[in-house]
Amino acid sequence: MKVFKYLLKNPLSSFGIVSLLLFVMVAALAPIIAPPQSFQLSPYETPRSSFWATPQAMSKDHFLGTTQGQYDIYYGLVWGTRTAFKVGLGVVLVSSIIGIIVGSIAAFYGGIIDEVLMRVVDVFMAVPFLIAAMVLTTLLGKGLGPMIIALSAFGWMSYARVIRSEILRIKEMEFIQAARTYGVNDFSLIFRFILPNAFFPVLVLATMATGSMVLAASALSFLGVGTEEGYADWGQFISYSRNWIVGQGDDPFKYWYTLFFPGMAIFLFVFSWNLVGDALRDVLDPHTIHK
Amino acid sequence: MVNYVFRRLLFFPVVFIALSLMIFSLQMLLSPVQRISAYITSNSELKGGREQIEALIKKYGLDEPFLTQYWEWIQNILSGNLGWSETARSPVSEVLISLFPATVELVILAFIPSFLGAVWLGTKAGANLNRPKDHAIRIFTILGWSFPTFVFGLIMLLIFYGYLNWFPPGRLSQWAVTEVESGNFIRYTGANLIDSLLNGRWQIFLDSLRHLIAPIITLTYVNLANMTRVMRTSMLETLRQDYIRTARAKGLSEKIVQNKHARRNALLPVTTMAGMELAYMMGGVVITETIFDYHGLGQFAAHAAANLDFPAVLGFALYFALVLVLLNLVVDLLYPLIDPRVVLK
Repeated sequence: MKVFKYLLKNPLSSFGIVSLLLFVMVAALAPIIAPPQSFQLSPYETPRSSFWATPQAMSKDHFLGTTQGQYDIYYGLVWGTRTAFKVGLGVVLVSSIIGIIVGSIAAFYGGIIDEVLMRVVDVFMAVPFLIAAMVLTTLLGKGLGPMIIALSAFGWMSYARVIRSEILRIKEMEFIQAARTYGVNDFSLIFRFILPNAFFPVLVLATMATGSMVLAASALSFLGVGTEEGYADWGQFISYSRNWIVGQGDDPFKYWYTLFFPGMAIFLFVFSWNLVGDALRDVLDPHTIHK
Repeated sequence: MVNYVFRRLLFFPVVFIALSLMIFSLQMLLSPVQRISAYITSNSELKGGREQIEALIKKYGLDEPFLTQYWEWIQNILSGNLGWSETARSPVSEVLISLFPATVELVILAFIPSFLGAVWLGTKAGANLNRPKDHAIRIFTILGWSFPTFVFGLIMLLIFYGYLNWFPPGRLSQWAVTEVESGNFIRYTGANLIDSLLNGRWQIFLDSLRHLIAPIITLTYVNLANMTRVMRTSMLETLRQDYIRTARAKGLSEKIVQNKHARRNALLPVTTMAGMELAYMMGGVVITETIFDYHGLGQFAAHAAANLDFPAVLGFALYFALVLVLLNLVVDLLYPLIDPRVVLK
C-alpha cells in the first residue's frame, strides 16, 4: 500500500499508471468502441475496405485513415491494445515462472546443481535474443502463441539470476533457520517463506520487462515473422507504413498517419510501463527516496 | 593474468557445444520430410514420389537417432567454413567476414558518442538529484528507451530522406558502388570510410559518411539512454561515500569533487555495462540495419532467421558469443586499470 501511495505521489509514475489504466479501458471496451463486423472470422482480423495498396487519409468511415492494403488504422490500434497486453503480460508471466523455478532450484540446492544451472543461464545470455526469437517463432508458425513462447524461451534468464541472489540472501536469515528447525519441508520453505520475500525485485524486473517485451514482439512483427497479415498488432501496422514514409514527390509527409498513430500507441504503452517500473525501482532502493 | 585469460576463454568451447545443440534441436523440430528440402537441388530428384523421398531421407540419414545426426551435422559445420548459407548462397564464414566491417564501422561510430554522452549526462543528472536538470535528463532517457528503434529509425528516414533528402538509405550510392567494385579501388579493410581514405577518394568517403549518419543517430540515442541511466545511479551511489564528504570538507570546489573524485569511481559499473552494450550492438543492430537497408551482419542474420537458414544462424550465434566473451574479457582486463583495488585472480 505504501508502495502504491509513492507511485501515485510521484508525477512521472502517476502519469504512467493513469495512461496504463486508459489502455486497459481501451482493451476492455474494444468490442464497443470498435465493433467487429459480421463478416469477420475473428475480431483480431482488421477489416479492410478494399484491396488497394495506397493508404487513404482520415475520413468519416476511417477515423485515423487506412494503411497499406486498406486496413483500418483505428480498428487495428484498438484491438492491438489487447494484443499488446496479451503479449507483454504473457511473456512476462511465462518467463518469470521459468526464471523463478530455475533460480530457486539453483539457490536452494547449491553445489553442482547451482553451478550447472548458472552455466545454462550464461549460455542463454550469449544467444542473440532477437535472432533466436525469430527462428523459434518461424519454426512454431506465426501467431501470438508462438511469439510468446519464443520470447519467453530466450528471456527468462534475468529472473533466474535475481531470484537466485535474493534467495541466497534470505536463506541465511534467522526466520528461515527457525522454520527449518521447526521441520518445514523444502517445498513450502521455498514457496511460503522465501519466495514471498523475494517478490519485490521480481516485480520491478517484470514491470520493466513488460514494456520491452512488447517492443520485442512488435519488432518481430516488423521483421515479418510475428503475427499473421492483417492481425490487429501495432508492430504489424508499423511495418505497413514502411513503404509509405517517403510520401510523394511534392508532399513528403503525405502518409504521416500510417506511422504516427501506431508509433504513438507503442511508444505510449512502453513509456507508461517504464515510468511505473522506474519508480518501483526507486522505491526498492531506499537511498533514492528523499522527502 | 595469463591464467585468468585462459580460464575465461575456456568458456567458449562450452558455449559452442551448447549453442550448436540448441540450434540443432530447433532444427530437429522440423520433420525429416521438411528437412530433406535442404538437400534437394533440382526437381528431378523428387521424381518417384513418396518412396523416393523416403529413400532420400534414408540416404542422408535424417531418420537416425538425435546424437548420430548431431555428430554428422557438427562435423560438417566444422570441416568447411561453418557450412553453406542458403540465403546468402555462399559459405557462412565468408559472408560473416565480408559483412563484419560494415557492422563494426556503424557500431563503433555510434558507440563512442553514446558512451561519452552517457558519462556526461549521467554525471550531470546524478550531481543534480531531483533538480530540474536531473528530471530533464531522466525524461530524456526514459523516452529514449521506450521509443521503439524502428519507429525512431522510420522518423529519421521520414525527415532526413523523405523531406530533406540528405541521408538516403543503403551503404553507398549507386555510382559509388560501381566505383568501389571496379578494379582501381583497393579493398583494404572492407570498411568504406577507411578504404576510401586509403584510396584517396574523397567523394566516396563523403558518400559513405552520408549513408552512415542517420543509422548512427538512431543507434546512439537508443544506447545513450540505457547507459545514462546506469551512470546516473552509479553517480548517486558514489556521491554518498565518505571520501566525497572529506573532499568537500577540504574545501574543494564542487566541480572538482564531481568530475575528478566522484566520476572516476562512478565509471566502474558503466564500463561493465558499456562492454555488454557494445557486444549487443555488434550482434544486434538488426532493426537499425533493416530499416536503413544497411548491408551488415544484423540484416543478414534477420534474413537468415526468417528463412530458417540454420548454418547461417549458428555461424552468427557463434560470432556473437565470441564477441561477448572477448569484450567481457577486455572489460575485466580494463577494470584493474580504472580501479586499482580490483585484482584478477
